[in-house]
Amino acid sequence: MTATVTSGSTPAAGEHTDLLRVDNLIVEYPGKGFRAKPFRALTDINITIGQGETLGLVGESGSGKTTLGRAVLGLAPVTAGRITFDGKDISHASRKDRRTLSRDLQVVFQDPYTSLNPALEIGDILAEPLAVQGKPPAEARARVRELLDQVGLPSDAIHRLPREFSGGQRQRVAIARALALSPKLIVCDEPVSALDLSTQARVLDLFLQIQRDTGVSYLFVSHDLDVVRHISHRVAVMYHGEIVEQGPADVVTRDPEHPYTQRLLLASPVPDPDRQEQRRADRHRLLELQRQQHEQAGVLA
Amino acid sequence: MNNSSEEAAATAAVATPAGTGQSGTVVRSTVIRRLFKNPLGIAAMGILLVISLLALLAPVLAPFDQNYANIAKTLAAPDSVNVLGTDSAGRDVWSRLLFGAQLTLLSALLCAGVAIVIGLPAGLIAGYYAGKFEAGSNWVVSILMSLPGLIVLLTIRAAFGPSVWISMIAFGILISPSYFRLTRTAVQSVRNELYVDAARVSGLSDLSIIARHIFSVVRAPIIIQTAAIAGVAIAIQSGLEFLGLGDPTKATWGVMLSEGFKNVYLNPTLLFWPALAMALTIGGLVLLGNALRDALEDGEKIKHRRKAAVPSAGTTPAPSTARPSRKSVAAVDAGTEHHLVKVTNLGVGYPQADGSIKKVVDDVSFHVDRGEILGIVGESGSGKSQTAFSILGLLPDNARIVAGSIQFDGNYTVAPGDERVSQERLSKLRGKRISYIPQEPMSNLDPAFTIGYQLVTPMMRVLGISKEEARTRALKLLTDVGIVNPKRTFDAYPHEVSGGMAQRVLIAGAISCEPDLVIADEPTTALDVTVQADVLDLIRDLQKRLNIGVILVTHNFGVVADLCDRVVVMQNGRLVEEGPVRGILRNPQETYTRTLLGSMLEGREPMTTLVSSTSQGAAS
Repeated sequence: MTATVTSGSTPAAGEHTDLLRVDNLIVEYPGKGFRAKPFRALTDINITIGQGETLGLVGESGSGKTTLGRAVLGLAPVTAGRITFDGKDISHASRKDRRTLSRDLQVVFQDPYTSLNPALEIGDILAEPLAVQGKPPAEARARVRELLDQVGLPSDAIHRLPREFSGGQRQRVAIARALALSPKLIVCDEPVSALDLSTQARVLDLFLQIQRDTGVSYLFVSHDLDVVRHISHRVAVMYHGEIVEQGPADVVTRDPEHPYTQRLLLASPVPDPDRQEQRRADRHRLLELQRQQHEQAGVLA
Repeated sequence: MNNSSEEAAATAAVATPAGTGQSGTVVRSTVIRRLFKNPLGIAAMGILLVISLLALLAPVLAPFDQNYANIAKTLAAPDSVNVLGTDSAGRDVWSRLLFGAQLTLLSALLCAGVAIVIGLPAGLIAGYYAGKFEAGSNWVVSILMSLPGLIVLLTIRAAFGPSVWISMIAFGILISPSYFRLTRTAVQSVRNELYVDAARVSGLSDLSIIARHIFSVVRAPIIIQTAAIAGVAIAIQSGLEFLGLGDPTKATWGVMLSEGFKNVYLNPTLLFWPALAMALTIGGLVLLGNALRDALEDGEKIKHRRKAAVPSAGTTPAPSTARPSRKSVAAVDAGTEHHLVKVTNLGVGYPQADGSIKKVVDDVSFHVDRGEILGIVGESGSGKSQTAFSILGLLPDNARIVAGSIQFDGNYTVAPGDERVSQERLSKLRGKRISYIPQEPMSNLDPAFTIGYQLVTPMMRVLGISKEEARTRALKLLTDVGIVNPKRTFDAYPHEVSGGMAQRVLIAGAISCEPDLVIADEPTTALDVTVQADVLDLIRDLQKRLNIGVILVTHNFGVVADLCDRVVVMQNGRLVEEGPVRGILRNPQETYTRTLLGSMLEGREPMTTLVSSTSQGAAS
């Protein structure tokens, strides 16, 4: 199913083409209470992302898709396996390594309301990653203006607070912050889920535009198959902490192999009553079929 | 840039506040401005400023040294030399009051300072890192808090002598847990905020994250707490000295109080002056703390009070007094009785601080018949939920119906000219004939009661059936909404079931009293797509079987296509377009509807620009 069996055998070739490479990743959270069993959030994850490529990660709540993004960012504990970024093993990168890494690896979170510090002005928020890298203030200010322009915000936004902006505008600020250091990879954790439909369309346009202009790669996490299909080159489907299917976007999102992806595809409603009725019927047929298969498998076992 | 219409909205949104408060960009400045608008705050700051100045200038202002005693002139009445008289040792009361202010204020500051130096960093570390340090410091804090403060202070006085400074340092340590707890709680509440994660990803060190992102959260509560603690410190210190445990060689208010008390029959004013100084200082500190808190609470309270005051002043209060006397409600227009719900030219508004009314729903009309599903579609802020809530009669208290009427089954629930939804009329309908399916299933179930209890109780109330009967019925309802093991769900607590299951339970609750109309506000938005499909199937089946009317509020055209017979499209509180579902989705007449449908991703070529190809021409 996944084409990452070569891990270790041909490192040179693999690491040159892949910007991010995750091999046999396992993430476990310590259990609550004394001697509790750890909670396994991710099991045996293998993904790769090439230069300028978008990997869409789709799954429902609790499937572990957000955890995978956080593990890449160093915000979730790596229990086993390896995360290689740009040829370096970052599975257990220290805070100091992360500081260097943050030049190339950035994040856009889901909730534009809590991902920006409400007490800081937009200009300060955008200048923060620049200051960490030791950019002189004057240079940082110029870059902040450039960034605001890039994400389509007025330049007088510098001296405003996050609460003066709408959800879509805040998400633009968050995207600008991620872009500040011209990273190679941006982990996008449900960046359009909290937005209205028309705002979502504009923010997706912005993501695509930025990729065309800068050649950045995305690990794009979403629960919405339509969003993932639209923005991704390749798609990985997660279910119960595992990747059940991955491949080129239009194959996975139009003609999926795994029963779960098939259910997911037919569950998302289409905006036309008659086609939706058709899809509904297809879905019921599929569910019936899968139920029968399940029963047969049960009988055989 | 190819996002002109949001751009326009962006500049518009930025432009409007610019007129009112261009300089209002830094939070602190507005807090200070609000503080200065509060008369109590100004008074408190004035008092404290005067007292501090007097204390500071004591060596200049005081005519005598604090311990200079004129034996010839004891317990003298005020005259030109001793403006406030003298005490039993012939010392000048005014001079002692000034030097006392110095010592009293400084020792209070010392106490607060010690408490902050210990409590604040410990709280920051414990809150941010949690783990062992937190466990350990919690232990220490518990010990400190269980110590009887006064006895400890007395012991320390016995061991180290009557020094104000030592006793205040000790008291500072004793009181530091209050800072620790305050800080820790504040830090815990932001520790997992996404902006802290973002700072971590940026590679900020823990120290700079705490300084930049965390400290700002605790700054304000610390200032408030300090005002209170300083007051307490003055009271405690004076209390000790009043008991005669102070340093008799130093003039403090407490020592003066103790001295005055001994001579209360000879010269009561000796008691009065230090008491007045203390009352003013402590009162000033407490009021300052209150004013700060009010200033920080975003002025919400003030707004609320004003809102309540405006309608009586701005609009005519007459109808509210006249209405109760009107026995029967006006009859609805002939020929419209057969509609289950009919909303006519509805307007909903919120009174603003300046007396105007901000309309959130404006001139909206539609109707729903029995056995019909009407979809209300719009983006956030379009007024779709407000419209639904006015039918339910669940608008916030300060909301006003500014125009129009709502009728349900041939009777007005909001008659033309009514300012509010009549709770009297609606409470008979709500839950019984009109029911509601909310957006967030989990927050709409009380975690303290079992699901069965939450289903049974309303049925007993509304239908007047026995507990046994209600129980049987609830179990049947749970089966009806597709729950495989109804008995187990019946006995479960809300946290024990999944979100989809909770939504099924709420749907079961909504249909439990055989309503005629169900209002569903984004019933599937919080659910996974596969669960959403199941819930939509369920709503469709139940609607067909029970032949009820449904108003479905949603932003998702897929959900509309799946369920609705007719659609109402709303934007900025106005009704944009109404029609049968096929007409609206396939052949929308209005630009806005087309823009919305154009934003759908379904059927679009991947990796292409979404907005420019469809609505760009229309928007710009």
